[in-house]
Amino acid sequence: MYPAKFTYHAPWSVEEAITLMNENEDSKLIAGGHSLLPTMKMRLATPAHLIDMKNLRSLLSYIHDKGDHIAIGSLTTYHQIESSSLVKQAAAILAQTVSEVGDMQVRNMGTLGGSIAHADPAGDPPAAILASNATMVIQSSGGERTVAASDFFQGFFETAVGAGEILKEIRVPKFSGGSSYQKFKHPASGYAVAGVAVCLTKNGGNIGGVSVSVTGVSDGAYRANGVEAALTGQAFSEALAASAAAHAIDGIDALEDPFADAAYRGQLAKTLAKRAIIAAWNNA
Amino acid sequence: MDITLKVNGQEKKLNVEPRTLLVYALREQCGLKGAHVGCDSSSCGVCTVVLDGKTPVKSCTMFAVQAEGHEITTVEGIGGGANLHPLQKAFHEQHGLQCGYCTPAMIMTSYALLQHNPKPTEDEIRFGLSGNLCRCTGYMNIVKAVKQAAEEMSQTAQAAD
Ligand SMILES: Cc1cc2nc3c(=O)[nH]c(=O)nc-3n(C[C@H](O)[C@H](O)[C@H](O)COP(=O)(O)OP(=O)(O)OC[C@H]3O[C@@H](n4cnc5c(N)ncnc54)[C@H](O)[C@@H]3O)c2cc1C
Ligand code: FES
Ligand code: FES
Repeated sequence: MYPAKFTYHAPWSVEEAITLMNENEDSKLIAGGHSLLPTMKMRLATPAHLIDMKNLRSLLSYIHDKGDHIAIGSLTTYHQIESSSLVKQAAAILAQTVSEVGDMQVRNMGTLGGSIAHADPAGDPPAAILASNATMVIQSSGGERTVAASDFFQGFFETAVGAGEILKEIRVPKFSGGSSYQKFKHPASGYAVAGVAVCLTKNGGNIGGVSVSVTGVSDGAYRANGVEAALTGQAFSEALAASAAAHAIDGIDALEDPFADAAYRGQLAKTLAKRAIIAAWNNA
Repeated sequence: MDITLKVNGQEKKLNVEPRTLLVYALREQCGLKGAHVGCDSSSCGVCTVVLDGKTPVKSCTMFAVQAEGHEITTVEGIGGGANLHPLQKAFHEQHGLQCGYCTPAMIMTSYALLQHNPKPTEDEIRFGLSGNLCRCTGYMNIVKAVKQAAEEMSQTAQAAD
């Protein structure tokens, strides 16, 4: 399968890439290409101009300790993130989640920035980004702006990254509580049929703060506020985990596809939420 | 457009369309038929080649231009003929193949796996190879072959110390 023809560009700076996007209306950035290239092969995407970020790797591929948060360049691959002792220790939810993406070859090419800019409803990383309250740094010709995770994901393949903008950096707050990502993999593609990420802190026998996010179930990843409310400040028990998890799809119309109907997906989300809450508590 | 790919230690000057996939540049322009095309949709892994000595990638899901600047290793680059790589030898001895369609890629993914983890457990081998499908062997002998190669390579490494 061959993609349609395009004009190829490989800029050496973020500014040059932005200029190219602004000059060529029908253009697309390519990072790891593991969402875009398959889409181009199927000719669901036929950009006239392809702007390859390969020469920006020295600028945008990094994992830096910034004291209260970890700054991750958008072109950092899943493999670099899952191998980072800093991420494993201070943002365990992200390290665990990206280690469950696809297979080794996919994790060598796919980038964190590409995944969240793409916002596939079945993608894993958006769940970790939401549960860890990360902040995204976006650049355009007008300068830089930051967007909180809660405002970043805006529905089916929609994010806060607009035309002429590049996602530059992902800032993940350091977190020393318990966390877990639980996923039901599509047996062929490996994507999440449903996935739930939980981060929580312990306060004696009670749950302190908690964040819960769900992916694979709706048109985009979302925070499960009902689950969070049912857990916050409560004495932990497995029964509490189960009753709170029952709120995992409150207000959500679960997706349907030939593999999983809405009722099954919803049930998966609840079951995975319960497992993730218990696992996060046990490693807090 | 003109590009230069470094394949198995040799510089190849190629003229490609930007949309040329790496696997076709290797097969049709470099004459290296070890990387196969199976699913052509990033799922089966038979097109796997190794970048920079340690990073396995699916060459059906990468444009040839994206590979410029990387060292590319294909199964032809690690050994052949009378001079088999321990992995090639082990796949042969352990019957790690039947039709052989998946084999070059299994070997290249294993090659990269053993760079990162010279003594993998069975679970680690299976996890590492999860992006490579085999429709014939049932994987048992593939896992055995990787184990055998790992042992042989670590003995050679010890002897060299
Ligand atoms: C076989 C296979 C299995 C997979 N399994 C999983 C899985 O289990 N779970 C999962 O979550 N994902 C899975 N994926 C998808 C994978 O995670 C992709 O790598 C990821 O979704 C996209 O990242 P990328 O760097 O490849 O982006 P690309 O494909 O290069 O880009 C994706 C989109 O984002 C835009 N973009 C990229 N980077 C930026 C940026 N810095 N700023 C602005 N826009 C940008 C591009 O223009 C494009 O529209 C799988 C993919 C394959 C091929
Ligand atoms: S041909 Fe590349 S993964 Fe199947
Ligand atoms: S030996 Fe036939 S596909 Fe693996």
